[in-house]
Amino acid sequence: MHPSKTFRSRNDSPRTPAATAESPAVRLTLIAVTMAFLSLFLFLPLITVFHEAFRHGVEVYLASFDDRHVRHAIRLTLLTAAICVPLNLIFGVAAAWAVTKFDFRGKSLFVTLIDLPFAVSPVIAGFVFIIIFGAHGYLGPLMERWDVQIVFAFPGIVLATTFGTVPFIARELIPLMQAQGRDEEFAAMTLGASGWRTFFKVTLPNVKWGLFYGIILCNARAMGEFGGVEVVSGNISGKTSTMTLHIQTLYFSFATVPAFAMASVLAMLALVTLVLKKRYRMVGDKKRINL
Amino acid sequence: MSIQANNISKTFGGYKALDNVSLHVPQGKLVSLLGPSGSGKTTLLRILAGLEFPDSLDQSSIRFHGEDVTAVPAGQRGVGFVFQHYALFKHMTIESNIAFGIHAKPRRLRPDKHAIRARVEELLKLIQLEGLGKRYPSELSGGQRQRVALARALAVDPKVLLLDEPFGALDAKVRKDLRRWLRTFQEQIGLTTIFVTHDQEEALELADEVVVMNNARIEQVGDPQTVYDHPASPFVIEFLGNVNRLSPGFRPNRTHKQALYVRPHDIELFPGDADAGSWALDGKVLHVFAAGNYGRVTLQRTLTGEPLEAEIPRERLRKLNLQPGDPVKIRFTHTRVFEQIDATHQELREIIETE
Repeated sequence: MHPSKTFRSRNDSPRTPAATAESPAVRLTLIAVTMAFLSLFLFLPLITVFHEAFRHGVEVYLASFDDRHVRHAIRLTLLTAAICVPLNLIFGVAAAWAVTKFDFRGKSLFVTLIDLPFAVSPVIAGFVFIIIFGAHGYLGPLMERWDVQIVFAFPGIVLATTFGTVPFIARELIPLMQAQGRDEEFAAMTLGASGWRTFFKVTLPNVKWGLFYGIILCNARAMGEFGGVEVVSGNISGKTSTMTLHIQTLYFSFATVPAFAMASVLAMLALVTLVLKKRYRMVGDKKRINL
Repeated sequence: MSIQANNISKTFGGYKALDNVSLHVPQGKLVSLLGPSGSGKTTLLRILAGLEFPDSLDQSSIRFHGEDVTAVPAGQRGVGFVFQHYALFKHMTIESNIAFGIHAKPRRLRPDKHAIRARVEELLKLIQLEGLGKRYPSELSGGQRQRVALARALAVDPKVLLLDEPFGALDAKVRKDLRRWLRTFQEQIGLTTIFVTHDQEEALELADEVVVMNNARIEQVGDPQTVYDHPASPFVIEFLGNVNRLSPGFRPNRTHKQALYVRPHDIELFPGDADAGSWALDGKVLHVFAAGNYGRVTLQRTLTGEPLEAEIPRERLRKLNLQPGDPVKIRFTHTRVFEQIDATHQELREIIETE
């Protein structure tokens, strides 16, 4: 018999325990704890959202969206994401490029600072923006003279959302680009390619899946942003109320079905994100195996 | 295209990678930059390529065939650069990889589609990978990938070819084959070529000229035979091939220190009771192993306890019939003492035997 075959058949045999095997009791307990935790904190809320939304049937569900304020909130959220995501896309790619392809002073501090929005509560960030741009803030008088309103208006929402979503794309790209090194870019340079050509033909194709995933995450977070936006926007219905804010307003005014109907839209976005992430991981793994 | 580099210094942060190095590479030669890691050889190569620049553009100069290229960036220098880990574009086919440099040319210099395809075919033939143009780099072996990297560099008709540890990532067998292939290939196209290596065997076997580097400086430049037979410094003799280093038993009144170097094949052995001349050393056999025409004998010098490696012809070894523990007389046919060239026998005796 071929030696590798002997080895495999022995390894596959159910009678021989694997090196990492634990007793059935331990295994069962671990699985049970994990499942209970997931059910309680993840599945249950998700099911509740859809259950509450469809409690009175599909027609009532759909009727929830036939409201001026609801539609305005959805439009506002989409618009905010449409501005924030490209902004962070530009910043994220530029930051990742700078960090991985160049050496400069204070680089590690810069990388740490990118994570700041994860560490700071969005509410605090919102207050900071009020202190800076508000009517009585540092730049308040200047804003007034230029007749620009940032706080309690759309620009404030964009500002707060952008702040909260800064890390997503950069964090996705930096480890990826670091792992790939600079050799391919150097090779392109010696072959006479310009910076743009090198970026679009060499760098970008190498990170496209990571970038795609970063954009999805960034978008999901931009649409789901709450704390910072609530502080900065003032939550004026039909004016500065985003989806998350309007869900809260509806819920507090006992309009449960419309609130959960809107929530279900956000939940569906999250599910789509997960599916795309799974796809991205599969494509990524396949590529890695090919290497 | 000849290369002349003058007074190149390069520091990274506080670390000195090159210390006022000058180098001349004649037209059409295959030159090796040889040295241990950290000796500055790769930095020098990257500076020649335009991937790094010397600390001072005023004091340093790089000329390609007389033309000053010191401040010219990599893309416009006309160099072909091959990386240790190939640096092929993973998401492109072999064809697209090879054609990358041609496509990157400004429109007025770019040949038409048919000409590009013909050129790619020609290069694939040159690197003996015809028919594999549609594959991706991940589908090729290490040796094949390195040849593709070479073809990609050659596609833009470089005036100089620079290779950074081109065989470093390959296994021993492939390395040998590719080395031989590169040698004939370079002779065919006659392109001025510099390659970096830390493998002395590779440098001596392949290069027309070897540049030995150590500690950010060039230690010696010469053809392989000269560098091997007439090493200019203790570093060079220790780096190129096996060598025994004997500590001198100095007289107390001697102030400067010397070390005596003997190559294993420059050692003769005699039975312990033989008269091997007045300056033969006494020693003891520790280990004998014979493979091929030469046997390797590990010895211990009685006076100092130092170990010595000797290569003795198998015929001679059979006559001696040495066993571990046997006493022997050790004689050197060729030695090298630094700071004191051409020692006479009398002087050698003094160096070796005085305590």
